[in-house]
Amino acid sequence: MAEPKDPSRLQLNDQGRLRHFLTLDGLDKATLTEILDTADSFIEVGARSIKKVPLLRGKTVVNLFFEASTRTRSTFELAAKRLSADVLNLNISTSATSKGESLSDTLQNLEAMASDMFVVRHSQSGAPHFIAESVTPNVSIINAGDGRHAHPTQAMLDMLTIRQHKGQFEGLKVAIVGDILHSRVARSQIRALNTLGVAEVRVIAPNTLLPVDIESLGANVFSTMQEGLDSVDVIIMLRLQKERMEGALLPSEHEFYELYGLTTEKLKYAKPDAIVMHPGPINRGVEIESAVADGPQSVILNQVTNGIAVRMAVMSMAMSGQTAAISAATSE
Amino acid sequence: MNIEIKSGRIVDPVNGIDKVQSLYVAEGKIVALGAAPEGFVADKTLDAAGCVVAPGFIDLCAYLREPGYEYKGTIASETYAAAKGGYTAVCCPPETLPVNDSGAVTNLILDLANRAGNAKVYPIGALTKGLKGQQLSEVYALKRAGCVGVGNSGRPVASLSVLKRCCEYARTQEMTIFIRPEDVSLASDGCVHEGPVATRLGLSGIPVLAETVAVSQLILLAEETGAQIHMSQLTAAKSVELVASAKQRGVTITADVSAQHLLLTDVSVSGFDSRFHCLPPFRTESDRKALIEGVKSGVIDAVCSLHQPHEAAAKQAPFAESEPGISSIETVLPLLLGLERDAVFSMDTLIRALSVGAAKVLGVNGGHLSVGESADICIFDPAARWVVNEETIKSLGKSSPWLGEELQGHVKTTIIDGRIVYA
Repeated sequence: MAEPKDPSRLQLNDQGRLRHFLTLDGLDKATLTEILDTADSFIEVGARSIKKVPLLRGKTVVNLFFEASTRTRSTFELAAKRLSADVLNLNISTSATSKGESLSDTLQNLEAMASDMFVVRHSQSGAPHFIAESVTPNVSIINAGDGRHAHPTQAMLDMLTIRQHKGQFEGLKVAIVGDILHSRVARSQIRALNTLGVAEVRVIAPNTLLPVDIESLGANVFSTMQEGLDSVDVIIMLRLQKERMEGALLPSEHEFYELYGLTTEKLKYAKPDAIVMHPGPINRGVEIESAVADGPQSVILNQVTNGIAVRMAVMSMAMSGQTAAISAATSE
Repeated sequence: MNIEIKSGRIVDPVNGIDKVQSLYVAEGKIVALGAAPEGFVADKTLDAAGCVVAPGFIDLCAYLREPGYEYKGTIASETYAAAKGGYTAVCCPPETLPVNDSGAVTNLILDLANRAGNAKVYPIGALTKGLKGQQLSEVYALKRAGCVGVGNSGRPVASLSVLKRCCEYARTQEMTIFIRPEDVSLASDGCVHEGPVATRLGLSGIPVLAETVAVSQLILLAEETGAQIHMSQLTAAKSVELVASAKQRGVTITADVSAQHLLLTDVSVSGFDSRFHCLPPFRTESDRKALIEGVKSGVIDAVCSLHQPHEAAAKQAPFAESEPGISSIETVLPLLLGLERDAVFSMDTLIRALSVGAAKVLGVNGGHLSVGESADICIFDPAARWVVNEETIKSLGKSSPWLGEELQGHVKTTIIDGRIVYA
């Protein structure tokens, strides 16, 4: 029988170490913990006067963004530079690759420039997998967000933030609120939280913003904030795109805010020491009230800081996994 | 040429034959089974010991790509692939360039098919001009030129009102409408079955409802207008249920399923592997089982190949951007033989689904081994093994989920009108 490829195996070398970072699917608790521990060790690099370590010296990292994102691209760029890599930023509109110049051709040209790592953001789910399968073994692929599929570095920086504030994952109840349907971040967060052993992952949204069978990913579904936030330790708010009103998914931003916006009042349903997170950029007055976003329980700016450390960790681990794979292949 | 097919297991569901015996062909027709007719002298003897001798297979949906998409496949290349798959006749959808919405294009297709001589080709004409879903095409002219039915090749028809008129006009011309049931607004930009796999991968899903709503509408349209409607490539258990109940009421509908939908589920796309990108999408295990039961019970009339050859570049893209379709016509038989070995299908069901079922849908003669009729025959060795790879696939399209795998069951000889076209 024709067997589908195992998407998680693609990102591991023969020793089971990361050589690409495409998804959190199939990665075990030990690997996720290693990413968090490595990221922890990089946090102090950002506090030094010379913010550099030589782990990627002489390596070329290409930020390959088929979908615009200044913030994510900047944090990847900064992470690569702090690892002493040379960085090339390329914003490629998907229309360029559809007008005769195929994606494969684009990749071959970039490979010919002897790049070592591609950080890929693409509007199509699975694009980094496709690229990882297409490139030579000398290139590592880091997924910086693909379609609705995954945003694994964002999820890991969220995990780092949770660990910093809560100490451990066991026993935690975490609620993810908002547009789960279109969120690659939510999918990766649900996977990461379950792998790291939280007590419960909840999603809170109207049915129009929930993908079918979301329970199969390991999340309990709630349709009201009162029930969903009841005694949770962590609240993760998601960004709501304005176009959701156009496709009859929601009637208005106003009604969404009334039902699902995180206000000071609704925050009281959660545990008193619950932390509030948001992957940014925030729509104040749509997903979250300013008083909450800037309040004492908000850890939103910590997430941004942690983003650089987590990306440094993932890049250094993937490069190390790639080097190990190449050495093993050469010695055979 | 006189051909003696010696000592094969003759399986002919129409005539109720399943017996090891010889079969004799003269002047393009079957002249005897069992004992040779008096005075018969064979010009060629084919030893069919250990093999099954079946009516040539008839395919309800094989994209031949010509005219217009010759870089994907030509009528010559794809009909040769069909012959290698045991097919003696194939239907080709109107999705060509130009679209087959005129007698001239139909004539071109038939001319190229005759020149190639690898398989009988039954073109399906476009139901609407340019497949744009707005205006009726010249259904009578298409029929006169040789089209066996009309369809919209998976493209949407503008409205139910247009579709109703299409049904009424097609009925007037006594042409079957071939239509893949799908509500476009519900299918939206989906590329896989809407379910847990789509959710995990973040791919846009096509809900089962997109098919069942359309099946229900088509049943009501057939009932109301009396049009003969053939539903192509059903995927869902609920659709089988709806068709079964409509048939019981005597509605003039038929249905098919593709071989790959009897084998694969949505789990197959879990690795973003574009070889498994197919529309309509593969659904769940319970849907797959219901489709199999539908074939066994006869609710589903035929199994088609849904052969869609592509150039290599068409599949080299992120999953949703890759072109849907599988080069499948050469693997249908071995895949279904796998089900026969697993006792899911009897040999009788398998042959019926590949030959006579399709002949009935098309209203053409074929699908049986009756004495006096055209010698359209497939001889296959159910035990022979072969590896599916770029060399063994004769189609110009090489994308198959089974690439690199060894399959069991191989066509040895295909005969059309007494002429050996593949051996």
